[in-house]
Amino acid sequence: MAFYVVQFLTGLASAASLFLVASGLSIIFGVTRIVNFAHGAFYMIGAYIAFTLTERLSGAFGFWGAIVVAAFAVALIGVIVEMVLLRRIYHAPELFQLLATFGLTLMVEDLVVLVWGPDDLVGRRAPGFKGAIDFFGQNIPSYDLFLIALGPVVLGVLWLLFQRTRWGVLVRAATQDRDMVAALGVNQKWLFTSVFAVGVFLAALGGALQIPRDAVHHAMDLRIIVEVFVVVVIGGLGSIIGAFVAAVLVSELNAFGILIFPKISIILVFLVMAAVLIVRPWGLFGRPEAPARKTPGLTVNPWRPLTANERLAALAALVMAATLPLFAGNYALTVGSEIAIFVIFAVSLHFLMSVGGLASFGHAAYFGLGAYGVAFLAKMAGLPMIVCLLLGPLLGCMGAAVFGFFAVQLSGVYFAMLTLAFAQIVWSIAFQWVSVTGGDNGILSIWPEKWAASPSHFYWLALGVAALVTIALRAMVFSPFGYALRATRDSLLRTEAIGINAKRIQWTAFVIAGTTAGIGGALFAYLKGSVFPDNLGISLSVDALVMVLLGGVETVSGAVIGAIVYKALNIWLVSQTDLSKLVLGGFIVVIVVVFPKGIVGMLEMLAQRRGKTSPPGSPLLAKPIESAE
Amino acid sequence: MRAKNYFVGAAFALLVSGMAHSALAQDIKIGEINSYSLLPAFTEPYRKGWQLAVEEINAAGGINGKKLVVISKDDGGKPADAQTAANELVSSEGVAMLTGTFLSNIGLAVSDFANQKKVFFLAAEPLTDAVTWSKGNKYTFRLRPSNYMQAAMLVEAASKLPAKRWATIAPNYEYGQSAVAVFKKLMSEKRPDIQWVDEQWPPQGKIDAGPVVQAVAAANPEAILNVTFGADLVKLVREGNTRGLFKGREVVSFLTGEPEYLDPLKEETPEGWIVTGYPWYSIKTPEHDAFLKAYQAKYNDYPRLGSIVGYQTIKSAAAILAKAGSTDPEKLIAAAEGLSMPSPLGEITFRKIDHQSTLGAYVGKTALKDGKGVMVDSTYKKGADYLPSDAEVEKLRPKD
Repeated sequence: MAFYVVQFLTGLASAASLFLVASGLSIIFGVTRIVNFAHGAFYMIGAYIAFTLTERLSGAFGFWGAIVVAAFAVALIGVIVEMVLLRRIYHAPELFQLLATFGLTLMVEDLVVLVWGPDDLVGRRAPGFKGAIDFFGQNIPSYDLFLIALGPVVLGVLWLLFQRTRWGVLVRAATQDRDMVAALGVNQKWLFTSVFAVGVFLAALGGALQIPRDAVHHAMDLRIIVEVFVVVVIGGLGSIIGAFVAAVLVSELNAFGILIFPKISIILVFLVMAAVLIVRPWGLFGRPEAPARKTPGLTVNPWRPLTANERLAALAALVMAATLPLFAGNYALTVGSEIAIFVIFAVSLHFLMSVGGLASFGHAAYFGLGAYGVAFLAKMAGLPMIVCLLLGPLLGCMGAAVFGFFAVQLSGVYFAMLTLAFAQIVWSIAFQWVSVTGGDNGILSIWPEKWAASPSHFYWLALGVAALVTIALRAMVFSPFGYALRATRDSLLRTEAIGINAKRIQWTAFVIAGTTAGIGGALFAYLKGSVFPDNLGISLSVDALVMVLLGGVETVSGAVIGAIVYKALNIWLVSQTDLSKLVLGGFIVVIVVVFPKGIVGMLEMLAQRRGKTSPPGSPLLAKPIESAE
Repeated sequence: MRAKNYFVGAAFALLVSGMAHSALAQDIKIGEINSYSLLPAFTEPYRKGWQLAVEEINAAGGINGKKLVVISKDDGGKPADAQTAANELVSSEGVAMLTGTFLSNIGLAVSDFANQKKVFFLAAEPLTDAVTWSKGNKYTFRLRPSNYMQAAMLVEAASKLPAKRWATIAPNYEYGQSAVAVFKKLMSEKRPDIQWVDEQWPPQGKIDAGPVVQAVAAANPEAILNVTFGADLVKLVREGNTRGLFKGREVVSFLTGEPEYLDPLKEETPEGWIVTGYPWYSIKTPEHDAFLKAYQAKYNDYPRLGSIVGYQTIKSAAAILAKAGSTDPEKLIAAAEGLSMPSPLGEITFRKIDHQSTLGAYVGKTALKDGKGVMVDSTYKKGADYLPSDAEVEKLRPKD
């Protein structure tokens, strides 16, 4: 019995650390609607600064002082980031801020290694909380008890702050309806800055408090960020109590789950999130979001098909791209193939995001399923390449059909997080089912047959498929189905009022996007000759998001350019420098500030201003970038 | 259009800088890939190790009179990116061979690439047995002692312990799974009386150490096998120390004696664990002294295990290239099979049968000295003594 009590308390201690970070994220999201990908980075910087300070300052006062000072220092960094970077892009399309915070995260990961060195750092134990307390023969670390007490204290302080101060009233009001708050004359700038500061403070405090339990290292951010998002969503966005309950729920399920299934930890949070979101679409304590007051017709210049001249230009660009094998070497061609495949992947997500208004955080699942589909057919059934390429994407299609059915019942960030949960579930199956998928060692030796084996042939194949896919999806945008889909994006209520079955339209779009991503994955399996669980992983999903946002989410085919620029730059930087994340992150941040509508979106706007019409999403610019390889 | 000019300009800049570091035609080039940005704690000393080797080789006249150049690429910890890098090294840079890699799945991806493109590949670090056995191929060789070898070394010591009730804690991925599987198999062969009472599989890099420690303690084992390393190990040790998990229990642990993983623990280092590792401070052989002196003189820092691996990878590659007298992959394979050479840890041989080197490892016990973790009572275990019989290896390895 004593054991179960202690295990419960241990779970509570884990919950407390999780809650601190999650509460900050929840507040920031609730008010500013920023999906703050950099929250983990702030957590990590908090731990690093606290480490440095606790090593320098001595005594109990020094230690606790250092923790608090570190949290304040990072909050100050947060304020600077908000004022210099985020303020410029609040008017950008939804989710665009994600791109900025993603860029920051990349930079921070390299920066901490530059500043603090590559080694794992182990900090001091907390003075006064070094030992353990005996509980009927079981030991409970006294620091755990401290954390267990701290969780509710922070919850209480936040509650008082929100319920008893004017600032708190404004924050709650903004969480519920920020347009109305703005209309009432509240200075949003300072409200947002202060909220961001508080959120970052909590993240940094959470990081600093890990010093006595954890090692400080440069991958801390990734370890926590996804989990924290999940906790926030399970609890309900913007709900502090929800975050607390969710943190406790997840931690306790893990603490007791591992007694029965020791391998459960890897997937547990995502299972919980999927279950909660299917039953309660707004999380445990969340409330349905008020319908967004978007102006129908999101863009200033409405979408239109390409004119005859623009078609010619696009065709010319394609022909130019097709001549690459005449002068480029094998490496450039293989990179070209990879870029073409990522164009397929990016346009498939773009279709879902821009046309359907559904941002998926787990799109890699369908890309990876397509790749695994090919791997199974080629390795187990021994089918020829062309058959594998045709049938492999069906696995992506089936996955999208099943998961899409549940996902389209939700909207906004809840939709995004449910897709993420599904992707992680698929990932963990690929990772754990070693006898079928080979686990993390993957499936090897899926090389193309002779007719496609040479880099130039494979390049033409990938380029051809990419062109076909892009054209097909464009045609779909301007088909009746595309108009119906855009209607669901712009106003769900009106769409249903005129008799369109919105959920079915969205589900169909999801399946189309998933199948298209599967086509990309199928080609990718042959390009690399192997399939790994990475192909379904979070980082690939994030890459796809970044490509779409970079290209411009309000454009018809911006993702083509986004994919080419991002992938080419990424491959080139990784090859040229060990600090590729720092440079790439910096580049993204600059792009975000200079092109707040994405690259293509901005070019379109410029063309508009000059009174000229430029082909939206023309692959014209593709050429120089590709030849750069 | 100004925007277009910008892109053309950028493209041109990419092209020019891409050509910046091309070597001279008569140099011998080796393409090196590792997870520099993902695992700097290991790869920084590793890089220093191979840079020292390159310097020494060229100071001694290069390879048959030609200068050795190593072109190094980061794989970011992703198999797909490692293949892109491998492709660039082979297709664009025209390297004579590929070396490096840390993670097992990346090692396998590059090995499969090497097999497909018929390129010689010397895997430095990946530990999975699959590299040389179940997924072994003609073009792939490996330097470090495999999972199986390290498990066999530990089992030798562990089977002498009186403990009968064992629990395991391992990261939930291929490395952890296969380390536990081999250890259990070998251990149960030697000690049929052993019971396996609990196993914990925290996700790699995400251990929630408190509940794990508590769960293991609840099974009341007499001994524990640990396979976690890095930040997970730190958390596990800290929770274990506070909760008294290791008190009165034997612990056998993979890799924990390597400075990369032992040094961060400082005064928290648990005493008396049986570990594999690299006690650079207590190795007293002329080969190692020479290496240590050269390393410390160049970097003013002590070597980690990564330094040895990096150093010996390039030394081995150079020895193979020198013997082959050619960069033809078939000749390189012929030269490498059965080739013996000195290393800082004593002579090693690349076996003909499975392309595994006989580099060994040190097995010893952890201890706390002046607030730092060290390995004591350590002895060098030769790799050759901990491999299964040739007949068994034949069965494990697909025919070329």
